Amino acid sequence: MNNKLIDLKNITKAYGNNVVLDDLNLYIRENEFLTLLGPSGCGKTTTLRIMGGFEIPDKGQVIFDGKDITKLPPNKRQLNTVFQKYALFTHMTIAENIAFGLKIKKKSKAYIDDKIKYALKLVNLDGFENRYPDSLSGGQQQRIAIARAIVNEPKVLLLDEPLGALDLKLRQDMQYELIRLKNELGITFVYVTHDQEEALTMSDTIVVMNQGYIQQIGSPEKIYNEPENAFVADFIGESNIIPATMIEDRLVNILGVKFPCVDEGFGNNKPVDVVIRPEDIDLLEPGQGRIDGVVTNLIFKGVHYEMEVMANGYEWLVHSTDMFPVGKNVSISVDPFDIQIMNKPESEDEQAVTIDE
Amino acid sequence: MNKKSLAYPYIIWMIGFIVLPLIMVVYYGLTDNTGSFTLDNLTEILVDYNYKALWLALGLSLISTLICLILAYPLAMILKKISLNQHSFIILLFILPMWMNFLLRTLAWQTLLERNGVINSILSMLNLPKLNIINTPYAIILGMVYNFLPFMVLPIYNVIVKIDPNVINAGKDLGASNVQVFTKIILPLSVPGIISGITMVFIPALTTFVISDLLGGGKILLIGNVIEQEFTQAGNWHVGSGMSLVLMIFILLSMAILAKYDKKGEGTAF
Repeated sequence: MNNKLIDLKNITKAYGNNVVLDDLNLYIRENEFLTLLGPSGCGKTTTLRIMGGFEIPDKGQVIFDGKDITKLPPNKRQLNTVFQKYALFTHMTIAENIAFGLKIKKKSKAYIDDKIKYALKLVNLDGFENRYPDSLSGGQQQRIAIARAIVNEPKVLLLDEPLGALDLKLRQDMQYELIRLKNELGITFVYVTHDQEEALTMSDTIVVMNQGYIQQIGSPEKIYNEPENAFVADFIGESNIIPATMIEDRLVNILGVKFPCVDEGFGNNKPVDVVIRPEDIDLLEPGQGRIDGVVTNLIFKGVHYEMEVMANGYEWLVHSTDMFPVGKNVSISVDPFDIQIMNKPESEDEQAVTIDE
Repeated sequence: MNKKSLAYPYIIWMIGFIVLPLIMVVYYGLTDNTGSFTLDNLTEILVDYNYKALWLALGLSLISTLICLILAYPLAMILKKISLNQHSFIILLFILPMWMNFLLRTLAWQTLLERNGVINSILSMLNLPKLNIINTPYAIILGMVYNFLPFMVLPIYNVIVKIDPNVINAGKDLGASNVQVFTKIILPLSVPGIISGITMVFIPALTTFVISDLLGGGKILLIGNVIEQEFTQAGNWHVGSGMSLVLMIFILLSMAILAKYDKKGEGTAF
């Protein structure tokens, strides 16, 4: 797991005056499921296209398995891409689609036939050899696109929002399918998405990007529970981001009330932002928690209730399986380890700092 | 108003100007002066004079179609590569001559190609040998290619620009070189456009009589000229209609062959 398979060094890419990636550094380890996550226009797809060879960076290097491949054309690279809208060859049958890369490599007919059978079995589409892509559903087409890529035995599979065009149920099924595939094949996956849930479900490592900068790199748990800045906290899941003051180590003043927490090293009386996830807030009878407030809004979401609680001038977002009706007086309580402290961004640029893991 | 009644003007138009004339052509083609049934008008095509005109027309229009295809395909590829602003300009350049009358454009070529025409004047000024192609089949091919080239470029271009760039990227991603991407992906995907282009060049070229009249000097007769002569000079509508029917059979035949390659009818994009 520790071998750097792809190493992006100081990558800068601009289209005209629009700088898409600014001095990006990132490495991908062998056998890792790494997800590039961010809103549209954050540079995630460009990063993937640079790895695939469809874009050449203005500055910087792409190192693959120890070799500089920055300017190598896509057809000479040992990685394969699964495109957003499948990009199947509509004039070929499914078998011909899958065989495309192998035929170019001049593999024997027996080898190709074996591979087609193996790949179709792997993506649960046995017997589809002679059909045409147009006669398949979106999910089936995407699985063929994956099969077409993996028969070439790439060291890395690049996936560009492959589930973006599918409906919710199918997307969830395909997520499990992808995890299974990755485990069976034992190859490295680099996955691009703007869907935070997808990223949290599948990844070993998530790279959160915004405006061409990496915001945070870490495991799904780390990204969710310990976001390093307000952008990450806001982008991954719902959260309460509240301006606060760090009184001393392990004690923070939120809206005039002292809360014990577990973070250290921010200094004394320093302004900070705190992140509290809505599901980490406990609602108690008035007087039993730290801040008293009143429920102002209630929505039933299925798994839980979503409530807004007005307390000390801030509207707290709360998720709970217990229902508190609008107008009820409640008290807010948060466990110390559920309070995540972040430095305040000092400038616009700092919203988009590069952080090494 | 009933939606169906909106279609009546078109139905009346089609009956009056398409179905009726067609019935008349069939009637004249299969009858003689006395109005009794005969196949003589059809077999008239086997007369040496008519037979030669048919084969010459088939030959010249096939050659012209082929030249159009060879010229149009690279042009369509170039148009695809050029940025949006520029390519609408180049397309305009292509369509612009089409806004001029077909006869005028062909007459212009007559003036250009004449023995003492513009091209030859320039050539003699440069002490170069004269170009004597007016009134030869070469001039007719030139006229056909010039007049019908846009009809080949546009359908091919329309199909090529619709190819998802990621399909081409996928080909490269799977190891195909640029040549392989072209032969295995772009070319097969553009077949509907090629078919449509061939239809739109071959059929008008096969039936033309104006181009051969003006650039062939009346000496080179294509099947279109022969039919025209039957109607206008010989005044024999029966033979003219009969040979029109034979020509129609050739056109239907070529369309049937082409339709086999364009299963989805995508080439009708133009």
